[in-house]
Amino acid sequence: MSEPATDYSLAELLICANAAAYDNDGEILVTGIGILPRIAGSLAMKSTNPDIMMTDSEAWVLSEPNPVGNRPADFVQKNETWMGFSRIFDNVWSGRRHITGGPTQIDRFGQSNISCLGGSYEQPKVQMLGARGFPGNSISHANSFLVPSHNTRVFVDGECDMVCTIGYNPDRVAKGHKLSDVDLRMVLTNLCVMDFGGPDYQMRVVSLHPGVDIQEVIDNTGFELCIPDAIPQTSAPTQQQLDIIAEIDPHNLRSKQLKDNPPGVRA
Amino acid sequence: MNKVMQATDVVASLSDGMTIGIGGWGPRRKPMALIREILRSDLKDLTIVAYGGADVGMLCAAGKVKKVVFAFVSLDFIPLEPYFRQARQQGAIETLEIDEGMMLLGLRAAAWGCPFIPTQVGLGTDVINVNPELKLVDSPYDDKEWLAMPALKLDASLIHVDRADQRGVCQIKGADHYMDDWFARAADKTFVSCDELVESDHFYSEDEARFVFWERSQTTGVIPIAGGAHPSSCTPLYGFDVAHFKEYSASAKDGGFEAYADKYINGKTEADYQQSVGGLDAIKALPLAVY
Repeated sequence: MSEPATDYSLAELLICANAAAYDNDGEILVTGIGILPRIAGSLAMKSTNPDIMMTDSEAWVLSEPNPVGNRPADFVQKNETWMGFSRIFDNVWSGRRHITGGPTQIDRFGQSNISCLGGSYEQPKVQMLGARGFPGNSISHANSFLVPSHNTRVFVDGECDMVCTIGYNPDRVAKGHKLSDVDLRMVLTNLCVMDFGGPDYQMRVVSLHPGVDIQEVIDNTGFELCIPDAIPQTSAPTQQQLDIIAEIDPHNLRSKQLKDNPPGVRA
Repeated sequence: MNKVMQATDVVASLSDGMTIGIGGWGPRRKPMALIREILRSDLKDLTIVAYGGADVGMLCAAGKVKKVVFAFVSLDFIPLEPYFRQARQQGAIETLEIDEGMMLLGLRAAAWGCPFIPTQVGLGTDVINVNPELKLVDSPYDDKEWLAMPALKLDASLIHVDRADQRGVCQIKGADHYMDDWFARAADKTFVSCDELVESDHFYSEDEARFVFWERSQTTGVIPIAGGAHPSSCTPLYGFDVAHFKEYSASAKDGGFEAYADKYINGKTEADYQQSVGGLDAIKALPLAVY
């Protein structure tokens, strides 16, 4: 292991924290929705877990992840099998997948929403994407979440306006199914890393990013979190990780994902 | 058998209240010339089943839609489809909002003549609460409850492909044919617009026949319209028209769909349309998206 770097961005810190979620996953398909999760999956595949499979976000499984953004005209991607959208579901329903998505709302059960907000379901105040593949992802395989802006509009009091993913809500378990069948892993935000390791799957703070106080996390979360007595700092990226990230993201798209591209260590 | 027809023939064979499936995915390989022909018609009260993009948005904006069966409606690089959004926020349309994979199962059930396919997808979510028509069933083989995804039977499907012959052998050479084969199989009638009409010997080689995803017996009509997917893509022939989608999306805030439709669709032929967006050569020069 190389030494922790001292000069890195919050985006790079989040990428490394997200990549760590895949360390022990073995041979599964990783899907990172959005630039930071996609770089994170690629980083894991190029470092700690080379058994990972990733797609080109279109129709092929790759033996090496593609760099993000425009690629040179002579670039040839390293396909290993066809994976059009109809076949994606064969993989999803096999369970051999771990996705990191970015929900608009997430509640204390780990249920999330990307469909619509406010008003009534019949006439929402804000129509967003629709449930997309979230219901199937959440009940079929491992799921992590990356939230670029940790606040009470995302981490809502009560339940999500439209629950798109199954979470650890005992009132919603279908007959014969178990809460333990649900596999929610990490929640990564601009403030901290969380998991569902608290009592009865309560969301728990795992690490705080450098310079973040736990009170800021509490104040920006609409429900009660499990707060351990001692909370470590989120591990800084190593120079080796930063080098791999720069290869995966040669156009520095990661610098445009968080408002004002803040440094990893707060001033 | 010669199945070649005009877009107006397709519309003439559809009727009010029908359930219509639309192939493609978001801004990719949508049968937009056929959609424009519907927009010029009197058709109404349609139920649309689609992995939706501007096809769904335009039909909603023009008041053609009673109900949308969807997992998403999105232009990808413009995440929120502006006119679908308006229709939802006005409470103007009925919905069956399901998971992307549930839609695939519903199409397969229809194609296979099954009333439903059991799945765990949707359990534990509001998909089963906001859609009373979705039922849960007990399994005869285990003690679990399953969601019974109903067959999505389609009166007609509309699909755009790269090329077809006059018998309805259809070829998609883009990297993904999406769920178009299932749309073709789930429908009573499948109308396919194509960029190129070819002779049947085009398919004789294995390298060509491998890109045919349903048998011609599933194809009802073939409508040759070069550039007919515009402004959506028809990879590898052309990409989607970013500038046009931006203008379309902006029209929702300034001018409304009436103004967009007056400029591009109402009272115009498809040839007029293509001229107004720079001509067929310009469409064919649209760069492919990088993902």
